[in-house]
Amino acid sequence: MIDIKKEIQKDRRAFIKNVLSGTIAGSLLMVIPAGAALDERLPEELPGMRGDDSPFTKNKFAFIVDVTACIGCGSCCVADKNEYNVPDGNYRTWVERYIIDDHDEVFVDSPNGGLDGYTKPRADIPNPVRDTFFVPKLCNMCEKPSCVQVCPVGATYRTDDGFILIDKSRCVGCGYCIQACPYSVRFLNPISRTAEKCTWCYHRVRKGLLPACVSVCPVHARKFGDLNDKTSEVYKLLREPHVISVLKPEMGNQPALHYLGLRREVV
Amino acid sequence: MSVAAHGETLAAVSNFVFPNDFHVHWSLMIVLYPYITGLVAGAFIVSSLYHVFHIKALKPVARFSLLFALAFLICATWPLLNHLGHPERALSMMLTPNPTSAMAGFGYIYSAYFIVLLLEIVFIFRPTVVALKQKATGGMKALYGILSIGSDNVSEKALKVDHKIISFLAAIGIPMACVLHGYVGFIFGGIKANPLWATPLMPLIFLLSACVSGIAGIILTYILLMKLSGKEIDVECVQTLVKFLWGFFILDFVFEMLELFSHFYMATHHWHTLETLYSGPLFNTFWVAQVGIFSVIPFILLMFMSLIRFKDSLLLFFAPIVSLMILIQVLLMRWNVVVGGQLMSKSERGSTTFHPMWLEKEGILPAIIIMVAPVVILWLIGKVLPFWLDDEVAEAA
Ligand code: SF4
Ligand code: SF4
Repeated sequence: MIDIKKEIQKDRRAFIKNVLSGTIAGSLLMVIPAGAALDERLPEELPGMRGDDSPFTKNKFAFIVDVTACIGCGSCCVADKNEYNVPDGNYRTWVERYIIDDHDEVFVDSPNGGLDGYTKPRADIPNPVRDTFFVPKLCNMCEKPSCVQVCPVGATYRTDDGFILIDKSRCVGCGYCIQACPYSVRFLNPISRTAEKCTWCYHRVRKGLLPACVSVCPVHARKFGDLNDKTSEVYKLLREPHVISVLKPEMGNQPALHYLGLRREVV
Repeated sequence: MSVAAHGETLAAVSNFVFPNDFHVHWSLMIVLYPYITGLVAGAFIVSSLYHVFHIKALKPVARFSLLFALAFLICATWPLLNHLGHPERALSMMLTPNPTSAMAGFGYIYSAYFIVLLLEIVFIFRPTVVALKQKATGGMKALYGILSIGSDNVSEKALKVDHKIISFLAAIGIPMACVLHGYVGFIFGGIKANPLWATPLMPLIFLLSACVSGIAGIILTYILLMKLSGKEIDVECVQTLVKFLWGFFILDFVFEMLELFSHFYMATHHWHTLETLYSGPLFNTFWVAQVGIFSVIPFILLMFMSLIRFKDSLLLFFAPIVSLMILIQVLLMRWNVVVGGQLMSKSERGSTTFHPMWLEKEGILPAIIIMVAPVVILWLIGKVLPFWLDDEVAEAA
């Protein structure tokens, strides 16, 4: 209901036009008599997505991970596992822990993909710790995706609005995309025997909701938004003079996933 | 307290493997796939050396090589199909291929090659088949009828036409065999995410090792089959094969080492990853087995066998041993490339391990079955088409 009220307030004339043309009428019918689907009752988190039922939106989405903010709680990983029922031992997203000691040795680990949160310090660091930070990983939604390039049957494809998705009903399970992805974000789902990876919660985004991991992060280390929307946080961050980088730029994949405060130790 | 002065904080200290990299996705089946296609391409080259380049000494094995290639080609898709998560969708690769995928081309290249090989066999064996048809009865007669493609004409004129067709097929077969196997190398060589695979030399190395394994396979089976059936071995043929084996192996081994040396010399950050791989998980299978035992020893043996005229008995003693060693070398090379490449995590900070199991879907037992199958198929083919020319003479008499 909230979003409809908002819609009415925003522009009455446009609203009535929308009702007449049927876009909102459908959702009104669903909202009023029968109770809306859960996602419809939640407030719209990505402005403009709910009215847009074109096959591909005009949006240009970006994901920003703030390395300086992440506390390694693992909430995002839990949310992800629940959202997708990810089989144990495979990870659509994970959080890495970096520890640098005062001999400049770098220690990295990610037990169980960080799913259990980093509640205990590492016991095997020989020297005093100089620095430590967490790096969440997920699909980079590359502008030039190697996975799409190599998929023999076109099961992995790029949508016009920049999402790299997998059609489970077409995937032959050859695993070529897993070899080709420089970021190792893919795995072969042992149950469906098809390739799987993070989708930036395409199904949620299309309903105006943020990706599950973004919405649960307690410290707002994961940020998601539309770069065409000049009021969005991601737009501002990428425009302002921040230390922002992508992973493995030398691969030439041109990720749409950016890291705020990325350190050179991170691969 | 220090700070990293030369960017060496990038170096690996802890063994960190990306969580999705523990599992080796391409295992024994994908080791066998290039191995089998390599044997096919190599055996075909042997036959072409006779049919196109007129290396007369290879006449005794020229026909057999084609049947050998056919037997292995029939099985080339098996490991792939067994590997796929959804083999029932395999044909999509040909029906709705993604043009940018190296893998999508396999179906086409494979089918085209299959057709050329089959046609060449049909034309080469046509006079034989016509003769056999006269004597055969029942099902065999029908089979020979199909194989003779409905023409019993073995007049000199007809055979001349056949000969032209054979030369043509053998000639286009060479580039196709090269494409078939060079292409298999590209499947790996085109993966920029994997520093062990991503080299433009990969197709070349795969192709050369294919030739090497094919020639070795022919030497080994030729000598074994002759010994088993008590027939006389054509020593000159073996001698010539050994020389070709040495020639191709020089190129193969030199390029393998050159590739490694270039990485070492350029010493980009990729080398640091490769270095830990070669000195760690791959030390035994690469340095000790592939290079030390199964390359250096056959290399020296082949050199002596080619340069010094061995006594016949000595040549026939060493030739199968060297061939077997080369066959193992190529298998090891496939293993070290395919599995080795996946052992290092894309984290560039660590490596995983891989131990094949006996009974799993892509385990050792299925691998053995897939390697034995072509031998059985070859034996079955031998029931229909005589491997050797003198069999034919004997049968005709
Ligand atoms: S990160 Fe990997 S899976 Fe995601 S789009 Fe890029 S290449 Fe494809
Ligand atoms: S595993 Fe599936 S999605 Fe990946 S390359 Fe093979 S067919 Fe395409």
